[in-house]
Amino acid sequence: MGKNKKKHNKDLVKTPDSWDSSIKMLTKDLSVKYGEVYGVKGVSLPIYNRKVTAFIGPSGCGKSTFLRALNRMHELSKNVTVSGEVLLDGDNIYAQGVNPVVIRRKIGMVFQKPTPFPTMSIFDNVVAGLKLVGIKDKKYLAEVCEKALTQAALFEEVKDRLSSLGGSLSGGQQQRLSIARALAIEPEVLLMDEPTSSLDPISSMKIEELIYQLKEHYAIVIVTHNMQQATRVSDNTAFFYLGELVEYDNTSNIFTNPSDQRTENYISGKFG
Amino acid sequence: MWEQVKARKSLRQRSINDKIMVALITLSTILVLTPLVIIIGYVVVNGIGALNYDFFTEELGSPTRAMRGQPTGLVHTILGTAVVDLLSLIIAAPIGIGAGIMLSEYPEHKLNPLLRVMNDTLNGMPAILKGLLAFTLIVRPMGTFSGLAGGVALAIVMIPIIARSTESALSNIPWSIREAGLAIGLPRWRVILSTVVPAAKSGMVTGFLIAFARAVGEAAPLLFTSFGNNYLPNHWTGFIFGPVDTLPQRLYSLAISPYKEWHSMGWGAGIVLLGFVIVLFSASRFLYRKRK
Repeated sequence: MGKNKKKHNKDLVKTPDSWDSSIKMLTKDLSVKYGEVYGVKGVSLPIYNRKVTAFIGPSGCGKSTFLRALNRMHELSKNVTVSGEVLLDGDNIYAQGVNPVVIRRKIGMVFQKPTPFPTMSIFDNVVAGLKLVGIKDKKYLAEVCEKALTQAALFEEVKDRLSSLGGSLSGGQQQRLSIARALAIEPEVLLMDEPTSSLDPISSMKIEELIYQLKEHYAIVIVTHNMQQATRVSDNTAFFYLGELVEYDNTSNIFTNPSDQRTENYISGKFG
Repeated sequence: MWEQVKARKSLRQRSINDKIMVALITLSTILVLTPLVIIIGYVVVNGIGALNYDFFTEELGSPTRAMRGQPTGLVHTILGTAVVDLLSLIIAAPIGIGAGIMLSEYPEHKLNPLLRVMNDTLNGMPAILKGLLAFTLIVRPMGTFSGLAGGVALAIVMIPIIARSTESALSNIPWSIREAGLAIGLPRWRVILSTVVPAAKSGMVTGFLIAFARAVGEAAPLLFTSFGNNYLPNHWTGFIFGPVDTLPQRLYSLAISPYKEWHSMGWGAGIVLLGFVIVLFSASRFLYRKRK
């Protein structure tokens, strides 16, 4: 693999000395262990408001694991332990007494595969996060539904059949439905785990445009295998390798002038 | 590649092998079906003569009724079976579903492995012991045999089957659905009840019916719980709080009785029981197909 420049990743992370308003989330020495094996090891990195942050790296490098640690999504899995801190607006989401349900309403997530709730209509899918916690005001729900579907660039396509099943949509539409569902609860951060990997190019393009628009309001984190996608949509890029954060910088630097040999090897296609 | 395959075995040889295998599979299918056909045929041939209007409208009474040709039948047995089986379903469904949800949805819970082992043990336990348990729990304190005790005994038969089938129906639902629910900030119980369970509903109903059909055919747990009764109770509550007749147990008593008139009624009871179970199984197959 050639010479490594062997910079410790902490030097590369531009971890600010004090909290400033441009930062939405900050991880401090975050590690995730599956049993005794590290999935993610000692990662510290800031996520900025109104920016798109891309995580890239070869399969199994820990980028998805890290993403899931950002909204405590792995807590259903057995034998997973997390250490370190994840700060959201300065507060540790892993602190004692913090309810993961509250955290997940602030930090939304979109998955690799579209996941409409199979027995629910399009409308019910979009407003599930509100309706199922007891909000019954039909007018309000209809407003939220329209707004979220519009944001997800799906409203025009489905407005005449909101009562048909979510599963009746095409794959690309289902993914935009999943995004609309995540937006309906008005999160502050949106985590996207390879949101276009199961989609055709046209649907992928729509979702990329969507990401571009959404960043006006949200902090967005996207895990992607597609490096062109990272260059197109993201402002900052983090490169993960073997569970560690190798390099984190603004996207153009990562792709034109990486400071670590491993990053250079990966983006030039020598492995991965 | 193809040349190598051809060299090893000629097409002709492989076609012969194929025919032999198909013949063996057909043979074993016939062997599986034979006992079923024989049982159904034999029961129907022997019992069809006993099925008349009185059979479905009269109570059994004493053996002399049958011997003197007076009206006698099994209406109290058919009604009793319906009551006891319904009671068992009402008791077993919530407990079995709850256990099934625990097994499928809370794999990390401390009690999960214990529940799994105990559920499987309970499933394998002889049905007569479940009757003994219900006898100790219900019949002794109440001081009387009762339909309720029979329902509890059958519920204990059904619970482990429902728990297992619920678990398998739920675990067929992709894990991603649960994560999607959690990701929009729903509490876990809400995700299970509103997204996972509705998606698994038809599989769960199929499981119920299989468990129910199994319990409907059980005689052993009823022998010292609902006990049996030759007469209709004076009041409908007697079906719940008094000794009650049920088809499998009545079939057994008729069969071991010394009266040949009763033997033929026993075959009749066999037809009714068989019909009941076949309807339940067909319904479950129908629902299963609909799901696919």
